[in-house]
Amino acid sequence: MSFYNMATPFVYILFLLLLPFGIPNLLLYIIAFATGLTLDAFYDTLGVHTAACVTLVFVRILFISVTVSRDGFDEPEPTLGNMGIKWFLLYAFLCTFAHHIVLFFLETFRLTEFSYTLLKCLLSGVFTLFLVTLIEFIFYNRKVR
Amino acid sequence: MRNLWIFISRYNAFFFFIIFFTIGVVLTVRNNSYQRSVTINSTNKIVGDVYNNLNVFKKYMNLGSVNDSLAVENAKLKTEILALKNIDTAKDVLVKDTAGVPQYTYLSARVIKNSITNRNNFITINRGKADGIETNMPVISPGKGVVGFVQDVSDHLATVRSLLHKDTHISVSLKRNNAVGSLVWGDRNSDYRKAYIKEIPNHFKINLKDTVVTSGFSFFPSGIPVGTVSNTGISTGDNFMTIEINLFNDFSTLQYVYIIKNKLAKEQTELEAKLPNEQ
Repeated sequence: MSFYNMATPFVYILFLLLLPFGIPNLLLYIIAFATGLTLDAFYDTLGVHTAACVTLVFVRILFISVTVSRDGFDEPEPTLGNMGIKWFLLYAFLCTFAHHIVLFFLETFRLTEFSYTLLKCLLSGVFTLFLVTLIEFIFYNRKVR
Repeated sequence: MRNLWIFISRYNAFFFFIIFFTIGVVLTVRNNSYQRSVTINSTNKIVGDVYNNLNVFKKYMNLGSVNDSLAVENAKLKTEILALKNIDTAKDVLVKDTAGVPQYTYLSARVIKNSITNRNNFITINRGKADGIETNMPVISPGKGVVGFVQDVSDHLATVRSLLHKDTHISVSLKRNNAVGSLVWGDRNSDYRKAYIKEIPNHFKINLKDTVVTSGFSFFPSGIPVGTVSNTGISTGDNFMTIEINLFNDFSTLQYVYIIKNKLAKEQTELEAKLPNEQ
């Protein structure tokens, strides 16, 4: 049992994380649905990534509506450079784990392997979060205010 | 009515979530069921073509090891031919086939997509209905044991439910004492080189490094090598034991596979369907 057997990163969620603030909710859900369906076609896991992506968008909408004021959309996109490291890390953390929990439990689809699936989910989530943050730092450009 | 509409539009994120999430879960459940009717997977023409083209480079890089394994298999087959030629045919003749036609025929295929990291893994191969592939045909790897069962077939492609899948159970036996068990993968294990054999009666004595072969009770012909025993000390608390084995087959470098056509498969399923189901 090694780390690389347990942890599978899904970096594609960065696309859904970085969609601009101004997009209407319905469009967000449709984009997430289409993204998930495309991934499912290639992974042969119809429905699993779709449900996970939709959950991610739900968490995203909730989190943004709580933390960012409605008229304060002066930044176009929720990137690390725009929003600061603390906000982005919490945002990415919540979205990643919501996505991964749905993904792994739907994929396993039975509760007898509960603790094992949870461990797998946790390790993969940490791996994804690490890569997402890394990519954000590579394309980091702090806005001059 | 107006208030209801205001309520729904105020919490639209939640209602959209319910709608789309339900669609996702329904798709998952339908996909998990035995009979799959949707074709948004890699037997799809577009998706299959992408994998077919992506794989050209990888195929080229692995030519060396593929050649080696084919050479090994050739050598093995040549020895078997020699051995067969030397049998005294007058003494005892073993006829396994029916009506002079072999029961099993092999068809080679190239792997165009493979995965090993998911809980449920699928392989896509470049053979389909046009080549006579049907669902539930067993798939093996050249000289190195079992791979899985055909799950979905399109005209020129097919997906294979790999051994590394929660619903794949293969009947296997130990070569030394013929103890029969069920080969599964994945319970508290995601190592693609290891698998478990469940439901072996407790009274059998099992040694490390014992060879495991297919028993012939499932769709696989008997005697296909599967792996060697690596751990016998897994307690289950009932009258059956679980053992861990090292698989001969390396799923991460799978390039070519054989699909086994069983001439009697249809006959066997029809006959067994007549048995009263008393479970």
